Amino acid sequence: MLSNSEDYYALLSRNVRKNILELIYRTKSPHLGSSFSIVEILVALYFKVLNIKPEDPFYSDRDRFILSKGHGCPALYSILEERGFISEKDLLGFAINNGVLEQHPNIDIKKGIEVTTGSLGHGLSIGVGMALAAMKGHKGYKVYVLLSDGELNEGSVWEAAMFAAKHKLDNLVAVIDYNKIQALGYTEDIVQLEPLTQKWTSFGWSVMEIDGHNFEQIFKAFGNVPFEAHKPSAIIAHTVKGKGVSFMEDKLIWHYRCPDDDEYSSAIEELSS
Amino acid sequence: MRDSFFKVIDDLSREKDDIYMLTADLGFGLFDNFRNKYPERFYDIGVAEANMIGIAAGLALSGKNVYCYSIIPFLIMRAYEQIRIDIAYQNLNVKLIGAGGGFTYGLEGFTHFALEDLALMRALPNMTIIVPCDPSEAQEFARLSYDYNSPIYIRLGRNNEANIHQQKPNIEIGKGLILTRGNDVAIFSIGSMISVALDVHDILAKHGMGVSVVNIHTLKPLDEALIKRYSDEYNAIFTIEEHYISGGLGSAVAEVLVENSYSGIFKRFGIPLNLKKTIGNAEFRRNFYGLNAKNISEDILKVLENKNTKYGNFA
Repeated sequence: MLSNSEDYYALLSRNVRKNILELIYRTKSPHLGSSFSIVEILVALYFKVLNIKPEDPFYSDRDRFILSKGHGCPALYSILEERGFISEKDLLGFAINNGVLEQHPNIDIKKGIEVTTGSLGHGLSIGVGMALAAMKGHKGYKVYVLLSDGELNEGSVWEAAMFAAKHKLDNLVAVIDYNKIQALGYTEDIVQLEPLTQKWTSFGWSVMEIDGHNFEQIFKAFGNVPFEAHKPSAIIAHTVKGKGVSFMEDKLIWHYRCPDDDEYSSAIEELSS
Repeated sequence: MRDSFFKVIDDLSREKDDIYMLTADLGFGLFDNFRNKYPERFYDIGVAEANMIGIAAGLALSGKNVYCYSIIPFLIMRAYEQIRIDIAYQNLNVKLIGAGGGFTYGLEGFTHFALEDLALMRALPNMTIIVPCDPSEAQEFARLSYDYNSPIYIRLGRNNEANIHQQKPNIEIGKGLILTRGNDVAIFSIGSMISVALDVHDILAKHGMGVSVVNIHTLKPLDEALIKRYSDEYNAIFTIEEHYISGGLGSAVAEVLVENSYSGIFKRFGIPLNLKKTIGNAEFRRNFYGLNAKNISEDILKVLENKNTKYGNFA
C-alpha cells in the first residue's frame, strides 16, 4: 500500500539508497553520487506523482518519465524494483555479462524504461515529442524529464526548451537535478549556468526552485504542475551530489568511485542509522 | 523528385491521421498544402535538427508515423547521434527524407553536399536506405514508406529530374531492379547515376558490348542474392554512385563480391576523397570528377583492355 506520510517516503528513500549502494558496490559501477542526488525526486514521482501501472506497463494513458541523465539509472532501477516493474532477479543482472540492466537505461517499456538514454541532451526533445503527441491527441497524461545540470551544457536542451514554450506544452515538466557538480568539476567553474532560473524563465518556462531532497517542497512543486497554464514547467531541484552518506556528499570523486569494503560498511551503517 | 515524394505523403495524409511532418525550417513552399490541411500535424521545428530528431522519436514512441525533412548534411550529419540512438537503435517509425544527394546543391557549395551520407547510414542497425532514381520511383517509395514500420533514410535529389521509368516501376524495398540485360558487363548503380549507367549501356552497345544495368535503389538491406548471382555470371562488374568512393554503393557491392570469391574485374566510380577547389553546379561538378557516361564508358573500355584509367586510383 502506498502511504502519504513523509516518514514513509524518507524510509523508502533510505532503502533505495541502500539498494543503489549495493548495486554499485557489487558491480564496481560508477555514478553513485549522481544516483544519490535524485533519490527523493524519483521516490516522489514513482510513489505518488506518476500515473503508472506496474501491472499494465503499456497502459496508453500512463504518464511518461524520461531519465535524460541516464547515468543516474542505478537510482531508477532501484525505484522500479521497489515499485514492482522489475524483479530482484533483474537487479542481480545489473552491469554483469549476459545481464539484464546496463549502466545506462535501455528502452524496455515492460520494465518501465520508456527511452534509451545515456547520451546527454536527448531526453528533453523526446519528451517534447511525447508531450506534443499527448496534447494533439487530447490525452491527459504528462511527460516528466529529469535532466542533470551538466546536461544543460548541451545546446539541444535549449532547442527543445524554445520549442516547448512556443507550443505551450504545459503537460511537460523538466526537472533539473542541480547538484552543482558535473564530470570534471563544479558546474559554475566549467560553463556559466547561472542565472539558471532566469534562463528557463526567459525561454518561456514557468519555474519553481526547490530543495530536491525535501518531500514537502517536491510534492508541492509536482502538485502545482503546470505552474502556469500554457507554459511548460521547470523544477530546479537544488540537490547534493552523493546525498545521504556524509563522506560522499558534494564530492566530485563519487561521480566515478566505487566504495571499497570499509567505505561500503560505513555507508551502509550511516544509511541504516 | 522532392515535390513528387511529398505529394504522395500529402495524399496519404488525408486518410492516415497518424502522419506527422517535421521540418528543420527548410522546404520553402514544399509543405504549404500539408500545413494548410493538417496544421495539427505539421511542425517547423526551427533550425534545430537535433531537436527535430528527438521530437520525432518522442512522437514515434507515442504511435505516430513521422516524416522529417531537411537538406541531407543538416538532417543526417548534424543530428547523427540522435539518429544513431533515438531512431536507429530504438528502431522507431521515423522516415528521414533528405534533399540534395551528392552534388545536387552544386553552386551552394560544400556545406550543402551529401557525399558521406550513405556511408554513415549504412553503419546503423535497423536503418533502411533508399535512393530513388526519378520522380516516379520517389512516389512509389513514398507509398511504400508509410507501412514500413522501422526507420528509413530516403535520399532525394531536388526537383525537375526527368523520369527514367516509362511506366510505374515495379519496385520492392530490398530488391535490385534489373533495367537492362547484357552478357558482358554488369553495372550496379544508384539514384542520380542510374541515367548515367543507362547511357553507358548505350555507348558500350556501340562497341558491341552487352551491359546489364541494375538499379540498387535500396542500398540497405542490400540485394546480396542478386549481386552474388551476378558475381558468378559476369567477369566485369562496375559500380557508379554520386557519393565519396568510400563507404557507399561500391563498398557495399565489393563486400559481397569478395565474400563470394569473385575474381573478375571490379571498379568503383564515385567521388574521390580529395575534392578539388572548384565552383560549379551539380552537372559541372559531376563532369569534373568524371561522373558522366562518356568518361565512365572510356574508363570501362580501358579497364577491360587492362590499361590505366583516368578516373581510377582514387585515394
